[in-house]
Amino acid sequence: MKPAPFDYVRASSVEEAVAALAASNGDAKVLAGGQSLVPMLNFRVVDAPLFVDINGIEGLDLIEEKEDGGLRIGALTRHFALETSVSVRDRFPVLHEAMKHVAHLAIRNRGTIGGSLSHADPAAELPMMAVLLDAKIVAAGPDGEREIPAGDFFTAPLTTVLAPDEIVVAVDLPGLPAVTGWGFEEFAQRRGDFAVAGVAALVTREGGTVTNTRIALMGLHDTPVRARSAEAAFGESGIEAAAVAARQDADPMNDLHGSADYRRHLAEALTRRVLTAALERAAQ
Amino acid sequence: MFGEKIKRVEDPALLRGKGKYLDDIHLPGMLHAAFVRAPVAHATFSDIDSSAALAIDGVVAVYTLDDLRPHLTDTVMPVEQPSGALKLSASPSTLADGEVRYVGEPVACVIAESPYIAEDAAQLVFVDYSNLPVSADYLSALDDGAATAHSDFADNLVAGFTLAYGDTDDTFAGAAHVFRETLHQHKGLGHAIECRGVAAELNPRDHVLNVWSATQMAHRAQSILVQMLDLPEDRIRVVTPNVGGGFGPKFVFYQEEVVVPLAAMLLGRPVKWVEDRREHFTAATMERDQLWDMEVAVNADGRLLGVRGTMAHDHGAYTPYGVNLPYNAATNFLGPYELPSMSLDVKLALTNMTPVTPVRGAGRPQGTFAMERLMDRIARELGLDRVEVRRRNLIPAESMPYDTQIKTRDGATMTYDSGDYPAALDAALERGGYSDFAARQAAALAEGRYLGIGVANYVEGTGRGPFESAVVRIKPSGKIVIYTGATDQGQGLKTALAQVCAAQTGAAIEDIEVVTGDTGKVSLGLGAFASRQAVTAGSSVHVAALEVRNKALKVAAHLLEAAEEDLDIADGKISVRGVPDMSVTLGDVARAVQGMPGFSLPGGVDPGMEATANFSPPTLTYCNGVHVAEVEVDPGTGHVQVLNYVIVHDSGRLINPTIVEGQITGGATHGLGSALFERMIYDDQGQPQTTNFGEYLLPSAPEVPHFDMIHMESPTPLNPLGVKGAGEGGTIPVTSAIASAVDDALSPFGVVVRDLPIEPKRIVEMINQSS
Ligand SMILES: Cc1cc2nc3c(=O)[nH]c(=O)nc-3n(C[C@H](O)[C@H](O)[C@H](O)COP(=O)(O)OP(=O)(O)OC[C@H]3O[C@@H](n4cnc5c(N)ncnc54)[C@H](O)[C@@H]3O)c2cc1C
Repeated sequence: MKPAPFDYVRASSVEEAVAALAASNGDAKVLAGGQSLVPMLNFRVVDAPLFVDINGIEGLDLIEEKEDGGLRIGALTRHFALETSVSVRDRFPVLHEAMKHVAHLAIRNRGTIGGSLSHADPAAELPMMAVLLDAKIVAAGPDGEREIPAGDFFTAPLTTVLAPDEIVVAVDLPGLPAVTGWGFEEFAQRRGDFAVAGVAALVTREGGTVTNTRIALMGLHDTPVRARSAEAAFGESGIEAAAVAARQDADPMNDLHGSADYRRHLAEALTRRVLTAALERAAQ
Repeated sequence: MFGEKIKRVEDPALLRGKGKYLDDIHLPGMLHAAFVRAPVAHATFSDIDSSAALAIDGVVAVYTLDDLRPHLTDTVMPVEQPSGALKLSASPSTLADGEVRYVGEPVACVIAESPYIAEDAAQLVFVDYSNLPVSADYLSALDDGAATAHSDFADNLVAGFTLAYGDTDDTFAGAAHVFRETLHQHKGLGHAIECRGVAAELNPRDHVLNVWSATQMAHRAQSILVQMLDLPEDRIRVVTPNVGGGFGPKFVFYQEEVVVPLAAMLLGRPVKWVEDRREHFTAATMERDQLWDMEVAVNADGRLLGVRGTMAHDHGAYTPYGVNLPYNAATNFLGPYELPSMSLDVKLALTNMTPVTPVRGAGRPQGTFAMERLMDRIARELGLDRVEVRRRNLIPAESMPYDTQIKTRDGATMTYDSGDYPAALDAALERGGYSDFAARQAAALAEGRYLGIGVANYVEGTGRGPFESAVVRIKPSGKIVIYTGATDQGQGLKTALAQVCAAQTGAAIEDIEVVTGDTGKVSLGLGAFASRQAVTAGSSVHVAALEVRNKALKVAAHLLEAAEEDLDIADGKISVRGVPDMSVTLGDVARAVQGMPGFSLPGGVDPGMEATANFSPPTLTYCNGVHVAEVEVDPGTGHVQVLNYVIVHDSGRLINPTIVEGQITGGATHGLGSALFERMIYDDQGQPQTTNFGEYLLPSAPEVPHFDMIHMESPTPLNPLGVKGAGEGGTIPVTSAIASAVDDALSPFGVVVRDLPIEPKRIVEMINQSS
């Protein structure tokens, strides 16, 4: 397991990184935490002539609080920094919880949010959180920056709308309404593994009534998705109906760790659990 | 000293990263090997085009079988072990000989200046494969007209045997009840933390071919190399450096272990090959599948009358070892129970998958699982408690030694030598809180939680012969050295042997050096397999150390002018009892017998303070134990959480309980992997689907419970130390105990586990099928 030969540049600014990518005709790869890229390199699954290391770019690892109750998170923010951030814990407790399930501590020390979103594993927590939280992903390219809604960002397993010469520089999370309860559940046979499936929910109440529900699924589609029919069913008929509807929202694959049937079963079981938790929390 | 929990002498180096493993060997001018491996499960080939690989800067050679053929006495590896059960001879070829028969089979070898270059070049060796039909399903492989795994064989039945005693036909005809269970068992790889590796150098000064191998069997490796390379024994030395775990697969002598030394000879430069994990998943041997189809006959009280059935075994593509894995599975089926009659028909099928050889437990977990599942079935059918059924059938302590009626491979009757099985069961139940479990279970169920408890017994034959070697020498410096053909896999062997030696010689542990697995140091030896080294090497060290002790006392008596009976040996000294000032050191007595020109030796003894022993155990010694597992199952996800795990085991006398606890913990963890996690998956074309640790799941720290252990010590009369093996016992009953606990937890759904591993998706499926 030795990588094939490659070149390496360490960029000191976003412009420099973008220029290096643009000059390579789409063959170069960004290197962030390396936690997905380096194993693929050693397995010789990825064979790129050039790696553009963005770890030397300053200012890309900040977590900034916004006035709307939201956050701007720099692309180089490590998983561990997100997991332990007080701002994240206070403003997006569902994200705080989800981060505990990302890989193992050693990997969380290196892995980045930009890397996780760009890598776009359909069973990864951060892409699903981006979809749940209506994140805007900020990408920089030769023509400057653009904002991409998370719902449009992921197109297929390990595939996004990013151009080969674009890099993710930040993620904007808009603030949540005041009384929002949350739930997060995933199933992996071992702690730290990629989940077989996961479900997260946000339930907003005003007065006694639920005014908004968001449910997102991971490992249940070729990208993270919102479970629209489960959301609707919850509003109309409550938890049980939503859990059953989540089966329909799922369009899972068969693979080593779970058949499609098993994953649909998980979609239902986990949706029931996250909605129960979210409702309870929204009541507090 | 014997029996004390002293710290392992190996650990200061190993824990500080100062161990010297195979990959730590760096020799001047060393080259690196990479193997070109079969990408398909079954194909022929004629051309191998190495030109693109050879054109890369830094590539020194590319070897195919044709290049090696002139230098080998035979291209077929002489590794098959004789057995009357074998019907086909399927030894592997040194490199593939025109036909590949499993994904990962070595086809060519690239030698380059760095491992990176070697891997780059290996990708550029082109082999024109023509695919052949694949034998990828061991069950249908035995049907008429099935695709054969070897194109030159008429069928896939590589071996078969029947294990039988008593009259099962009569028994079944007259039995009160007959129940049948069909069990699909799977067991995976050994997955030592260190993969395989071999390095070699032809020493230009003495022309000795030095071979370092991460093997369990240094002397066997030497003898095969001698045979294949046609060199005299004293021109080949095989040394085991620190080895990071064996667990069975490193017992096998592999193709790489002859190709790399031969390359070093041909090139006149040292060559090293270190297996990576992805290679290990297909190129190292493993265990895989068995289908047990069993019927049990019992009387109205649930007492066993007889068992009959069949077992099919996936043997893989070759026979690099023998047939003892399914043989052990069959003979171990009996466990601690009285079984008046048995007839088991076993068939081994060749498939186009990695060869199957024993991994820790070596078939015994499968035999135990079959018996323990039948026990649970009897209990369910007769409405008896699962423990009660077992109790009614246990061999009582008074029956020891107990003749089982089963014949072992060497034709002797399997005789259990010692142990108290009912007492072990009682101890385990008490520690596991069995009597009040039903109340706990009911309370949990009221909260919607599904708890279950499972109990399983096992017996294991350990300490396989024919012998192990030990030389014990007190050197004139006063230090002691032990040479043995046993090999150190990280299990604590050096500590245990030093303790045995210290008990006799009175030397301090730090003054005893143990040299293992080096054919240059001791002429005879076997190595690590079958939970044997404490029994065999331990006894050899004991016998040799005792001889040295007696000689030292004799010489000391002469030097001190005292009677031998009046001497004490302790703390590196021999002194006159009651007169501590009158003493000589171990160094003094060794110096006294090293010889001085013209002077005769004191006391008329032979020269040298050393003794050799090759203890040969008369037969296997049987350890036993009981596991109690308490689990919680989540029907929503199929997740199984182990809440409590009790292990009672009896390995005879313990040389060092800490080491045994480590072995049991590791063994049980291996068992937990087989029970819940590990599955080596191939598709219907023999392509492996699980070739990394993301796809193939090992239990990791959060999944492994604390194993609560109770040691029982029933000494065996079969060796002077009274010890039994402890390396594999921990693995054997885990699948049985967990399966029983899962059944119990899911009894409201009527779920019965019949397949291993018990994966979450399977649990959900079983719940859905039942409701
Ligand atoms: C054993 C193991 C278990 C894991 N378990 C989980 C898990 O449970 N959940 C989970 O979510 N993840 C898991 N991961 C993956 C981990 O979270 C990675 O950190 C993450 O997927 C990638 O982040 P990275 O910063 O390491 O990216 P890298 O590995 O450096 O890059 C990944 C990909 O993204 C591209 N890239 C990186 N940064 C940018 C950027 N700013 N702009 C554009 N492209 C970019 C790279 O070119 C590459 O294609 C696991 C990894 C391992 C090794």
